[in-house]
Amino acid sequence: MRVALFATCFNDTMWPETPKATVRLLRRLGVEVEFPPEQTCCGQMFTNTGYADEAIPLARSFVDVFEGYDAVVSVSGSCTGSVREQYGDLAKRSGDTALVDGVAKVAPKTYELSEFIVDVLGVTDVGAYFPHRVTYHPTCHSLRMLKVGDRPLQLLREVRGIDLVDLPSATECCGFGGTFAMKNADVSVAMGSDKVRHIRETEAEVVVAGDNSCLAQIGGLLERQRAGVRTMHLAEILASTEQEAS
Amino acid sequence: MTTTSSNPNPLADTMPTFIGMPKFPTMAKEALGNTQQRRNLQHATHTIRAKRAAVVGEMNDWEALRRNGADTKDEVLAHLDTYLEQLEAKLVESGATVHWARDAEEANRIVIGLVQAEGVDEVVKVKSMATQEIELNEALEEVGIAAWETDLAELIVQLGDDRPSHILVPAIHRGRAEIREIFRNKMAAVGRPAPEGMTDEPRQLAEAARLHLREKFLRAKVAISGANFAIADTGTLVVLESEGNGRMCLTLPETLISVVGIEKVLPTWEDLGTFMQLLPRSSTGERMNPYTTMWTGPAAGDGPQNVHVVLVDNGRTHVLADEVGRQGLRCIRCSACLNVCPVYERAGGHAYGSVYPGPIGAVLTPQLRGTGSAIDQSLPYASSLCGACFEVCPVRIDIPRMLVHLRTQVVDEHRGTRNAESSAMQAMAWMFADNRRLQKAQRAATLGGKLLGKRTSLGAIPGPASAWSGARDVPVPPKETFRQWWSRTDGGRR
Repeated sequence: MRVALFATCFNDTMWPETPKATVRLLRRLGVEVEFPPEQTCCGQMFTNTGYADEAIPLARSFVDVFEGYDAVVSVSGSCTGSVREQYGDLAKRSGDTALVDGVAKVAPKTYELSEFIVDVLGVTDVGAYFPHRVTYHPTCHSLRMLKVGDRPLQLLREVRGIDLVDLPSATECCGFGGTFAMKNADVSVAMGSDKVRHIRETEAEVVVAGDNSCLAQIGGLLERQRAGVRTMHLAEILASTEQEAS
Repeated sequence: MTTTSSNPNPLADTMPTFIGMPKFPTMAKEALGNTQQRRNLQHATHTIRAKRAAVVGEMNDWEALRRNGADTKDEVLAHLDTYLEQLEAKLVESGATVHWARDAEEANRIVIGLVQAEGVDEVVKVKSMATQEIELNEALEEVGIAAWETDLAELIVQLGDDRPSHILVPAIHRGRAEIREIFRNKMAAVGRPAPEGMTDEPRQLAEAARLHLREKFLRAKVAISGANFAIADTGTLVVLESEGNGRMCLTLPETLISVVGIEKVLPTWEDLGTFMQLLPRSSTGERMNPYTTMWTGPAAGDGPQNVHVVLVDNGRTHVLADEVGRQGLRCIRCSACLNVCPVYERAGGHAYGSVYPGPIGAVLTPQLRGTGSAIDQSLPYASSLCGACFEVCPVRIDIPRMLVHLRTQVVDEHRGTRNAESSAMQAMAWMFADNRRLQKAQRAATLGGKLLGKRTSLGAIPGPASAWSGARDVPVPPKETFRQWWSRTDGGRR
């Protein structure tokens, strides 16, 4: 099985620890993941802000880059959602039948990390060790667009040493929403503040999610409050092992 | 309101509600400062949310019902002309008079004519979104006809010279102490005053409204309603409500005028069964609706003897032409999407500047009204696209997809006129078009990261980024991107 990593532009540039952890984790699980360097951005920011014409070439490029692989693993639930749920509309708009076909082939084999591990690899115990108090925030797009359900929790529950605590009002949006965070900054911050309040109530040391964009919103507020709570991507916790910890 | 010439909607000005209000972010910011309102909204939406979740949770065929509701509505929309003609024929056959209105102005003119023909200067009203959409009360007032709202929450809004802020609970933003003040100060001027010594206990407030409204019910010659459903194969109109005030209006006066959006048609009597399950559970969190009134033309010697039905288009056929947008016409005005929306919960209904607030308002309003004005251009962006609205919608309206579709429409309408946002978007799209361009830009970012040394975050920064950094720290870019690491270490092998 040829597996490609889609690092996403945001993680590639701002949060490289997440794709690095994903590579370590997948190798440990026996997957020789490749990183096609021609990849850039899925175009979600453009699509969701209304710039469909700008997003179409990015969708085309995504299809070209990843078409030859059996599976694409993305480190963002949101970007995966864009490929799987929005590329169809973009392809249709482009009027390019080759793109419509390409999307139909590539979109179903594009996975968010927890989907790939649980559904494709059939694993829930990834042999991780993380002795900390952790709370999990299910991001909106993985929860409602991709319907990943409790797959991330299945994986986290198997982590040795972890003290996994429930997050109150877990399914409520953190308020990031892409350009929403800028266009409606006040509402976005009000939503994020409530999310952060709930996180602090858990007294967790770490808040984990499957998307660094949501974690940037949450982390940005936690940092400003000097809350002493770290944000980590799911991949980073799953990649941690006893050897690394010692 | 500024209207651009590129607006493709010929009916852009037919829903002229809340004109001149500032766009969503401005209104939302103001609303966020109103702590009393935020508390009222948080409490109310979470209460209804929990009730809805509980009664929906006990249904084992909810998904099938949702699909059935959506399919029935889609069937109506696909053959709207046929069903409307059938509805008209059945209504006429049963003794009702049918009127057709292209837009708000025409609908109001028809209703005013009908009321004037009865020689009265007041009417009682059943809560109706359609009449709010066409601003019927205001039109009646202009010609000297008083329209009395009889729904308790609508009465609070009307007496308070206020705007509704929720589809189902129009006074959701008000607390009971505020309601007591409104009743005490305003009831006397328009009818029976509030009782002496009335407290803000809900029972006492409801009793004051009951006494005040009773005089109006008994006096009124004409009533105006909307309809939740209009059944094509029987010519039956249906109104669902919780207080019984609607039924007083629908049965006591001699003349009944029902203003009905053309998308309210259901093909058959059997179809009503699905919606009688979907609507109460989604809207009020009840298993069964308390007052359901149905009428098929006038009944001799019982209830209104003159029955008029005004079928209103007002932008709906324009929406119908839009393949993605048309699903908005499935809406049964249950307001479940408002109650789960994190944006609505904080910004409140007034921020949407429309009779339809919340997620459904953010899509329906710019569709009916067009995206010519600043407020209508801002509405599709009044969402974090969290998807909670789609999840609860009883007729499966994919509101997030519609929001993105409308955002695309807003951007497309302004292509050719450059602004800071479009320039930035085009520059970024150019950068992402080629990974070598992206790497160049990344080198600048990692250089910044190196210069900033051990800092983990930037504080507040000026310029456009302040929209982010006003309340949230900005992370420092890493010293090495992922792709730099991958090529330096051969994917971590070196």
